[in-house]
Amino acid sequence: MLNMALTASFALVAAAFAMSLFRLLKGPSAPDRILALDTLYINAIALLVLLGILLASPLYFEAALLIALMGFVGTVALAKFLLRGDIIE
Amino acid sequence: MKRIRNWLPHPLLTPVLAAIWLLLNNSLAPGQILLGLLLGWAIPRFTLGFWPERVRIRRPARLLRFTGVFLYDVIVANLSVARLILGGPRRLQPAFVVVPLDLTDELAISLLANTICLTPGTVSARLSADRRQLLVHALDCTDPQALVVAIKARFEAPLKEILEC
Amino acid sequence: MSPITETLLSFLVIAGAVFTFIGSLGLVRFRDFYTRLHGPTKATTLGVGCLLLASSIFFSVTGEGLSLHELLVSLFLFITAPISAHLLAKAALHQGLPSGLARPQAMDGDSAEPVAPNNR
Repeated sequence: MLNMALTASFALVAAAFAMSLFRLLKGPSAPDRILALDTLYINAIALLVLLGILLASPLYFEAALLIALMGFVGTVALAKFLLRGDIIE
Repeated sequence: MKRIRNWLPHPLLTPVLAAIWLLLNNSLAPGQILLGLLLGWAIPRFTLGFWPERVRIRRPARLLRFTGVFLYDVIVANLSVARLILGGPRRLQPAFVVVPLDLTDELAISLLANTICLTPGTVSARLSADRRQLLVHALDCTDPQALVVAIKARFEAPLKEILEC
Repeated sequence: MSPITETLLSFLVIAGAVFTFIGSLGLVRFRDFYTRLHGPTKATTLGVGCLLLASSIFFSVTGEGLSLHELLVSLFLFITAPISAHLLAKAALHQGLPSGLARPQAMDGDSAEPVAPNNR
């Protein structure tokens, strides 16, 4: 049963990826694209966690943690850039 | 007293950092606990210049209750936002609402902004320059006045009690 | 793994994936930036929270001993998601993106002298 649930979840998260990608490509504004990137990295965390459960391997946790850290820093840097035209003051 | 303060600048931060270290290593071995406590002492000690202010929690019991209310609200808000997204954009009434703030402490204001971002269908968008007002965007809001009253009673009042006197 | 745990895990995994999906659906369906912001910040965060809880239970049941380090990722996401949402909303206001609403009126405090953040 768990395997069936995991397969369905993979499909749902893949669909989420596709929708975020659509918004990333379509825009129309820069904040929209940044928001789409932000969503993409959260989706990537979801996918890695699902893969970790499917393969019963705790190795994927570190990757998920790193993506969470890097994604946050990236989003903040891009938003700061839009706000000030400069990242490091 | 001053020497103790220099030696252990943030008494709350030490156990929090130690707990994060233990979670990161996913172990409760005595060596890891010791190393975590050492890091929890050393990091605040050597980064002292970056956070001169001391965090004080005045009412720990209220903080626990506030955390409970917050987690419950996160789940309720998520269900309602999910329903609104599935219902489509036609029936929505988005609105910008200005919430006047009674809080003065920086940490309390940022906690409030974060809380209302995660909870009742709202995102905090901007803090006015004098920190007396917070601009909030609500996804579906028919009565802005009621929303302001709800935010103030449910989140701002407990935060004021916990972090200010 | 007992049937009860397996049912619980399946439920959590499906709930997490559905919330993640709905969050991204909000990104596509809504018309202006400010409403789009709500989907990813709320639904997606809870979705990933559910998945991480499922992962924590799974490794606690199958692996050796309690596995709590997934809590760290959920905690981190719960702290950072509102910050990025706030910054993006601020950037959008700064750029003057249309919201389909009347422009938010200037707040009283804006005319006041800006306070330096570190004036201690």
